[in-house]
Amino acid sequence: MKTPSVPLKKKKRSSVWVTLIPLYLFTLLFVAGPLVYMFVLSFQTRAEVWGVVNQFTLDNYKNILQPVYLNTFVESFKLAITSTLLICAIGYPFGYFMAKLSPAWKKRVMLLLMIPFWTSSLIRLYGWIIIFRANGTLDKLLMGLGLTDSPLKLLYTYPAVVVGMVYALLQFMILAVYSSAEKMDWSLVEAARDLGATPLKAFLTVTLKLTLPGLLSGVILTFIPSMGLFFIADILGGNKVVLVGSLIQDQLMKAHNWPFAAALSVVLMILTSLMISLYKRITHTTELEGIL
Amino acid sequence: MKNRTKLPNIYLGVVMAVLYLPIVLVVIYSFNESKISSVWGGFSLKWYETLFKDRAMFEALGNSLVLALCSSLGAAIIGTLGAYGFTRVKLRSKSVVEYISMLPIMIPEIILGMVFMTFFSLIGLPFGMTTLILAHTTFCVPYVYMLVKARLVGMDKSLGEAARDLGASEARVFFDITLPLLVPAILSGMLLSFAMSLDDVIISIFVTGVNVNTLPIKVYTQIKTGVTPEINALCTLMLGVTILLVVLSNVLGKIGKPKAGKHHKQTGELCGPGQTQ
Repeated sequence: MKTPSVPLKKKKRSSVWVTLIPLYLFTLLFVAGPLVYMFVLSFQTRAEVWGVVNQFTLDNYKNILQPVYLNTFVESFKLAITSTLLICAIGYPFGYFMAKLSPAWKKRVMLLLMIPFWTSSLIRLYGWIIIFRANGTLDKLLMGLGLTDSPLKLLYTYPAVVVGMVYALLQFMILAVYSSAEKMDWSLVEAARDLGATPLKAFLTVTLKLTLPGLLSGVILTFIPSMGLFFIADILGGNKVVLVGSLIQDQLMKAHNWPFAAALSVVLMILTSLMISLYKRITHTTELEGIL
Repeated sequence: MKNRTKLPNIYLGVVMAVLYLPIVLVVIYSFNESKISSVWGGFSLKWYETLFKDRAMFEALGNSLVLALCSSLGAAIIGTLGAYGFTRVKLRSKSVVEYISMLPIMIPEIILGMVFMTFFSLIGLPFGMTTLILAHTTFCVPYVYMLVKARLVGMDKSLGEAARDLGASEARVFFDITLPLLVPAILSGMLLSFAMSLDDVIISIFVTGVNVNTLPIKVYTQIKTGVTPEINALCTLMLGVTILLVVLSNVLGKIGKPKAGKHHKQTGELCGPGQTQ
């Protein structure tokens, strides 16, 4: 059915553009505006007592290079890498196996996944406090099994924060991997096997390659937040673990050094964009797998 | 064959169990008589009593609900109109504006919180409900936008064209034809936005006023300052609501064509062909 695409009425007079006004206004005013201001702020000078002086400086960026702050970046990165690797190790098989379930079971597992996903992240973290607290569930269990004699006091330690991160972000990985494994053409794996590939080889050359967008998307979806989720470090790590996110929050709320907080955010933002563009470069896609 | 299929299922089961363990513990301990949550002092509903007497908690809950409702509504309007407009009008600025408007779900929340806080104080908006709603709407717009856009892409354009050819105005076409078809996607987006807003800690902390608490902020400060079993009770109730919402979204998904709720995180995309089990 090919209709001649000659418009009978002049399309230019269409008033549909009106519908774009809210989005344009909102985007420019509340997304672009604040981000531009963050950039500007990061080059301004902090006032003696309160506020910001409009004087150009690079000190805020130089400040980041101070060992204390640089160290925070490094530590935060290490934590993010550790959590992300663990999340990959746990989440990838989950998403992969899930995609192989029967349709009915897929639905059930999905529903089961959705409930923790929709549950407030604070509630779920709170559960870990109960587990990790001295003489808490974990200590009781381990002591009951005779594995330890005294409480481990895991709460407010580094491992506790890692567990919290993994727990809070695991679903993103699962869903991302699942979404690409689900779409995968499994007959390709069969073909590889028919042609004599070992299961491992078939997995590495076919499955892994085809689910790579999902895996990488999952990495981004977990790595980026894990540098900013300061409340996890706060609740499960006490003051011992400081993320870039915690640093930004401290500079904003406690030290009131807004320009420095802005500079930290700009750096974090650049790192984030680098990761996303790297993802796009590798997978040749524009949208992250598993986000909507 | 049997053996090969068993191991994955065990794995799925174990991970799922760990996923639910903390949640289950919170529920169990909410009925604990003892104040110390590591000791079981017998079944009791007293923490629920304490909770229901806690005025500040209810105020925070009220704030959170108002906030989630306003921002998901705002996002629904902005996102739907925007997604619709972009399919109908070709603008050179489209890709740039679309990219910027999607940024709030790409960049870390901490940065969003930071930029909102500094920007609102720059333009002199007093911190409180207004700033909360503005900030939350901003990060909710992408959810609605993406879901509605996905729906629009799969929609039959000839319906609208037919209506226009028969002389219907743009507004009429939108309200009579497009909008009804978009309702499931819009509702999904709103539900997702609602949940995201209700759960948000980081951005809210930055943009809230001195005397405005949202529920997550209240819970957060309580957990930080000292644990009261009251939080267990609250968490259990919130969990109940969550499960209700998930079930509701599933029912919605069965009524409307595209599945509602966060299911879109994966099933919103078309399933690939040839899924041999």
